[in-house]
Amino acid sequence: MLKLFFSNQLYLGLAQAMVAALAAMSVVFLARKRGIHLESETLIAMLRGIVQIVAVGSILLLLLRGPRWTGAFLLAGMIVAAGATSARRAKSVPGAFRVSAWSIALGAGSVIALMTWLGVIDTAITSLVPVGSMLIANAMNTNGLALNRFRADVLAHTGEIETALALGAEARNSVSPYVQASFEASLIPAIDNLRSLGIVWIPGLMAGMLLSGARPVYAAIYQFVVLAMIFAASGLTSLASTLLIRDRIFTAAQQLSLQPGR
Amino acid sequence: MIAGATSDPILRTEHLGRIVKDKVLVEDVTFEVQTGEVLAIVGPSGSGKSSLLRLLNRLDEPTSGTVYVEGTDYRQIPPRALRRKLGLVNQRPYLFPGTVAQNLQFGPLQHGESLSQDAIEQLLASVGLKGYAIRDVANLSGGEAQRVSVARTLANSPLVLLLDEPTSALDETSKLEVESSIDNVVHNQGLTCVLVTHDTAQAARLAARALLLEGGRVVRVGSINEVLHA
Repeated sequence: MLKLFFSNQLYLGLAQAMVAALAAMSVVFLARKRGIHLESETLIAMLRGIVQIVAVGSILLLLLRGPRWTGAFLLAGMIVAAGATSARRAKSVPGAFRVSAWSIALGAGSVIALMTWLGVIDTAITSLVPVGSMLIANAMNTNGLALNRFRADVLAHTGEIETALALGAEARNSVSPYVQASFEASLIPAIDNLRSLGIVWIPGLMAGMLLSGARPVYAAIYQFVVLAMIFAASGLTSLASTLLIRDRIFTAAQQLSLQPGR
Repeated sequence: MIAGATSDPILRTEHLGRIVKDKVLVEDVTFEVQTGEVLAIVGPSGSGKSSLLRLLNRLDEPTSGTVYVEGTDYRQIPPRALRRKLGLVNQRPYLFPGTVAQNLQFGPLQHGESLSQDAIEQLLASVGLKGYAIRDVANLSGGEAQRVSVARTLANSPLVLLLDEPTSALDETSKLEVESSIDNVVHNQGLTCVLVTHDTAQAARLAARALLLEGGRVVRVGSINEVLHA
């Protein structure tokens, strides 16, 4: 319908973005009716999202003409930004940013490096950056989920944790049930994505490959490849972040520093 | 100090304090406990009783002063070993999922030891729960759970038992059962004990000495009668 009103692709894109944003804000409005206030957070997130993606699109346009190492440089920047974003899910946890950035670098970075070396990801910037960014973005989400769950579990179980400490348990052992629960919970979206691939959803990458003329079977297989890489990157990230963060919530004297109200 | 005592007290605090974000929780608390003695720490809600006990178990770090265990500054004792020496029982039992026996095994397993079946039965008998070893903790009453919590702490063979309002979350019947178990453990086995309670009658029943805390500071320390009836 919008195509009837806009012949220019840029204006069409802006109109489509407006409509999609209105759909998102209508959910925020419904949530507000139920006393859940997401207005400012959602609005800021959407504005940031549109500015960032347009900026990256413009940078990509420039990078396409640049040397290949610029792709790695861009991915490194994305890892830092992803670390900062998901660290917000672990407010009051000391060193959450460093844990997040290192975990995403380890999880997504190692999978990107290995798969590029093996030839699963093409070294061309047009392939490396979009596929790499998918891995980093999913690793960021998984990391945020893991940290958020871990923080909530620890705050809800300070009694149990301190009882274990008081009985002489090692600090990291006293939170091991919550480390495991956080790791498992954070991987639910990645597992569900793999499980429902092709049945519930046909991801954008496959659709894009089909539109650009790739053979359907290869496009389908490569979509599976990407989702499997996402799972590997997310799993490694979550494993690293939950193991790293568990030591950050204790003092040198094995006292629980993450406490309600502190 | 008990008259005639020559050795180091089993537990001694020296100007112990903790201030968090300008809020005084405990300030300049100095006292000592001799071997086999029961000291009750009494005071109104918010007076710093539980904060003091957390400092003794080093679940929190003092911002001033320190604690001596048998004459040794407790900061020189590895925290895990210290917490086994100064065994803490909380207001709520926080039992771990599983059986009563598994809960009793928890402490010893943390340093690579295991309790025999006989040892488990003895511990349970001392708190009046003989035959409870294989019971699932999910099926225990509040009073039974708290007695398991006491036995679980005793499984670490502590030098000093720290009790933080152990009966305050229980009904009257359960309270008396737990109190009787504590009385049995402390007096029959000669265990040194620091009992935090807001119940002065309970303090009088279980302890010989008391320390009155208000606003995180020691107001009085002495015999139960001196402190409670001054």
